[in-house]
Amino acid sequence: MPDSLPSDSVGLVTPQTLHFDEPLTLACGQTLKQWDLVVETYGTLNDKRTNAVLICHALSGHHHAAGYHSMDDRKPGWWDTCIGPGKPIDTNHFFVVSINNLGGCHGSTGPSTLNPDTGEPYGPDFPVVTVQDWVDSQVVLADRLGIECWAAVVGGSLGGMQALQWSISYPDRLHHAVVIASTPRLTAQNIAFNEVARRAITSDTDFHGGRYYEHDTLPRNGLMLARMVGHITYLSDASMGEKFGRELRDQAYKFGYDAEFQVESYLRYQGERFSESFDANTYLLMTRALDYFDPAYETDNDLVKAMAKARCEFLVLSFSSDWRFTPARSEELVNAMIAARCKVSYAEIEAPWGHDAFLIPTPRYNAVFTAYMKRVAREVGA
Amino acid sequence: MRADLEIIQQWIGPGSHVLDLGCGDGTLLQYLQQERQTTGFGLEINPDHITECLARGVPVIEQNLDTQGLANFDDDSFDTVLMTQALQAVRRPDVVLDEMMRLGREGIVTFPNFAHWRLRWYLMRRGRMPESETLPHHWYDTPNIHLCTFKDFEALCHQKNFRIRNRTVVDGEHQDRWLSRLWPNFLGQIAIYRITRGD
Repeated sequence: MPDSLPSDSVGLVTPQTLHFDEPLTLACGQTLKQWDLVVETYGTLNDKRTNAVLICHALSGHHHAAGYHSMDDRKPGWWDTCIGPGKPIDTNHFFVVSINNLGGCHGSTGPSTLNPDTGEPYGPDFPVVTVQDWVDSQVVLADRLGIECWAAVVGGSLGGMQALQWSISYPDRLHHAVVIASTPRLTAQNIAFNEVARRAITSDTDFHGGRYYEHDTLPRNGLMLARMVGHITYLSDASMGEKFGRELRDQAYKFGYDAEFQVESYLRYQGERFSESFDANTYLLMTRALDYFDPAYETDNDLVKAMAKARCEFLVLSFSSDWRFTPARSEELVNAMIAARCKVSYAEIEAPWGHDAFLIPTPRYNAVFTAYMKRVAREVGA
Repeated sequence: MRADLEIIQQWIGPGSHVLDLGCGDGTLLQYLQQERQTTGFGLEINPDHITECLARGVPVIEQNLDTQGLANFDDDSFDTVLMTQALQAVRRPDVVLDEMMRLGREGIVTFPNFAHWRLRWYLMRRGRMPESETLPHHWYDTPNIHLCTFKDFEALCHQKNFRIRNRTVVDGEHQDRWLSRLWPNFLGQIAIYRITRGD
């Protein structure tokens, strides 16, 4: 617990729940008649409402991106390294909006929410939502907040996909899109990892076809396994090697199958913690949203045609050791943007931490991100 | 205003789509954006330069000409492809020139002249690899691995059937001097060439 909050923190923040009665038609054809989004904001919206930045979260993320909920919090929000006074997304200049997406499990309407039609949690009946659906819901949110055009929509990984979708679907409603450690579509290998995670969950006997709430249980083992395999794909061989090596918890081999290596015990710990705090149905839904994301699908599999719809300016960043969404995936996106004559800048940041590098500050990442956002602030008069 | 920027600017039509190979801190592209309302990108590998480009609002792509080439750019996708003071630093200047002429309608290239009289004099008098204001490095640590003379460059263009539309010779301060126009390969320090495909 910090005695005082760091001076470059946005400080104590309180999430708020916004209720929407406007029906939202989803890609799957179903309609959400009413829905909630949980939102945190940092900084101040200027009079002309030109300085708003939307933060889109990744697979297991949520609205709490920066600051602390109480003085007892052990850790700040998930992207506190990049959001705050003097940080790349500088709250002295920007009004930052961070949300929990539909289908999430941190307060926005999702599988664990009560279905108003039945009075029971949605569970497996909650529709499979897509990146497009999220962006559509974020547009309704922007309308509610009176934000006609975002200074920037920013996200890493699955969050970057939302920024990209914004640029294609609502080209007039953002000036800049910052797409970090992302990809224009998943590869077969990416989908394969997601499938392993989903099978781990759905084959857990406590899953009960997604109706575990009614059985007063959780598919802990399945979700734990899903998280363990996911976690491996977020790190790199080198970073795991540096962190754990072949270190044992005790001095010698025990000739058994319990967690003897530090890396085993770490993964189990991470998995267990996650399985208590995250909803399994949400995990299924988020991984499916990843699988389905493919903005070129609607333009004859031609990404250049898809990007030609965009009018905002782009910053695309990748990380050298990211093997989940490799720099080559970002370059594929950048090349489509170049061919579509989008205004795009691209940098590959040298970092050893794999996919997770987008959450970890390094001097170059910080310099590039800061330089770009400063210019955005200058342009929008923030 | 730097004389070379002024000269290059005159050769670029308003609203042109421009690619700058080795764009440095983005000074030239920013100038062209402002003066000629150009669009396009710079390619750069130096991290500090990339950051400076981002701060200026110059679109910049991190891409290494030597290892990645330019295959990701389509034929005839730019009006002009620029390369200022970088030709001598790439691994295969001839291949880069071919690529420039594939991507762009026109190419603009600037490089230091290794046949400038001072460099000739330096080599003759001392018998050592010349060092100067424009070429400040030692032979063993220089990024300039393919130095050439104006005559060399023109011979290569001739061999590749590229047409030299303009040539302006400036000194180390990028000033246009009448003397260097008189005897460029001896008196000129930096040349600015404007080239197109021959046919």
